[in-house]
Amino acid sequence: MKSFKIDWLILPLIGVACVLLTWTVSSATWAKDLPSPLKTWEASKPYIMEPFTKRGEMDQGILRFSWYSLVLVAQGYAIALIIGTPIGFFLGLSTTFTKTFDPIIQVLRPVSPLAWLPLGLVLFLGTGKDAGTYGALFTIAICSMWPTVLNTAVGVRAVPQDYLNVGKVLKLSRWKTLTKILIPATLPYMFTGFRLSLGIAWLVIVAAEMLTGRPGVGGFLWQEYNALIYEHIILSIITIGVIGFILDRLMSLVEARFKAIS
Amino acid sequence: MAFLELNNVSKSFGGQRVLSDINLSIEEGEFVAIVGYSGQGKTTLINLIAGLIKPDKGEVSLEGKVVTGPGPDRGLVFQNYSLLPWLTVQENIALAVDQVFPGWTAEQRLAHIDKYVAMVKLSHAKDRLPKQLSGGMRQRVSVARTLAINPRILLLDEPLGALDALTRGTLQDEIANIWQTERKTVVLITNSVDEALLLADRIIPLTIGPGATLGESIPVTLARPRDRKGVNHDPEFKRLRALVTNQLLAFNANRKVSLSRKLIRPDLLPEDLEAPRVNRPPRRPGEEKNEVVVTS
Repeated sequence: MKSFKIDWLILPLIGVACVLLTWTVSSATWAKDLPSPLKTWEASKPYIMEPFTKRGEMDQGILRFSWYSLVLVAQGYAIALIIGTPIGFFLGLSTTFTKTFDPIIQVLRPVSPLAWLPLGLVLFLGTGKDAGTYGALFTIAICSMWPTVLNTAVGVRAVPQDYLNVGKVLKLSRWKTLTKILIPATLPYMFTGFRLSLGIAWLVIVAAEMLTGRPGVGGFLWQEYNALIYEHIILSIITIGVIGFILDRLMSLVEARFKAIS
Repeated sequence: MAFLELNNVSKSFGGQRVLSDINLSIEEGEFVAIVGYSGQGKTTLINLIAGLIKPDKGEVSLEGKVVTGPGPDRGLVFQNYSLLPWLTVQENIALAVDQVFPGWTAEQRLAHIDKYVAMVKLSHAKDRLPKQLSGGMRQRVSVARTLAINPRILLLDEPLGALDALTRGTLQDEIANIWQTERKTVVLITNSVDEALLLADRIIPLTIGPGATLGESIPVTLARPRDRKGVNHDPEFKRLRALVTNQLLAFNANRKVSLSRKLIRPDLLPEDLEAPRVNRPPRRPGEEKNEVVVTS
């Protein structure tokens, strides 16, 4: 019990204390513009204590901003999964498909969200719709898709031949082989991909909001930088980090469930 | 025309001849064991019969129909069980039963599954996942799944190879019992002469590859049921075991085993005793020699 507390509570708290100390010392010495932890707390208090109030378009409680961001991430992420998973299956099942599309995937994969966003805006500018939102969704989807695509493909290739032989001996139809054997056998890999994708989607949202000026954590961060309220930048960073961490933990739990089965 | 027939079947993988000119005919209701060394094409042979791979030459036919692909008329029990890990015992068997008997009602199928789960004595474990079962139990599920689709012929690919000796014995008895009641045609692949003698009507040795082929079949006329303890003292059992073992050993005697190894010639330069003692990784050319030893 004692070592449990040390491992899970005291050691992490020591880590936090170290960072706070470095932060305080830095703000007092070489980085005069960096607000100290205390000043940050005071300036952030209204945003944290009333996390859901709306005082203006760009002046809202921090959880309210986070909610906007999360909704957008959820939409973009859903698009990424809906498109990415089937592509992963095709890549895993067909060598022709792999040879055709793998090079282009490898080229598109490392492109930064900041590079995709202008293209997203351009794409939807002419349609007369809310180009900011759709551009952001496009960017989230295309950036966060790749881990899902690649992990699913690896998972499909890793399905043991024995399982497929069972299907062959029973003469399962293609559809049944897919639903009864391929998908269940690939699920653990797929969920690893889903978790990594969610992490990227959350990274992308901040960049997308900064550039489009949408209300959200990232938009708030950029606005407060322009308004010279540096305390709120730190507040936003911490919020983004904590939410990203929680999302990753939640996905890990789901992933572990599927790993345990097979 | 025999029930199952293989005519001059040959199969190569990557230019290497694995099986050549396999001729085999098995009558309905017969229990045939094919005995051979590991890695000589036993699994390839059973996969050919199952239709999972196609022969390069010759053909396999069951009841006069040429085998062109896998199908539920040839029930294959896999060497490594091949249960789907995300399905329970019941669901694993249900996958097979639902596929093979689509016309049945749900109750009929459930009763059918229960019957075979009971036959392999797993009624208490039917809602467990494969990972919660021991190796022997898993193989029982696999046998039940295969029997439940009511195949015309049962193909057992080293079904007990991965089990410990005690479980192996128990399962051998169970397979013998099931065969007594179901009277299926069975092809058993094994590397254990005793297992073959306990179970089969006929033993066919598989020669050594490359290009392994079937030897002359040896009928096993021991009375059934065969008692694994009593049989050890049976002179006929001893004679057959010696016969099969000697055949298999004779195949192996013709095989040359070669062993390649790398020799490091001694360093013949005068040694500086003052120099620090280290292994000298960069060796001069000529210091290494590759040698092949051939046993006869």
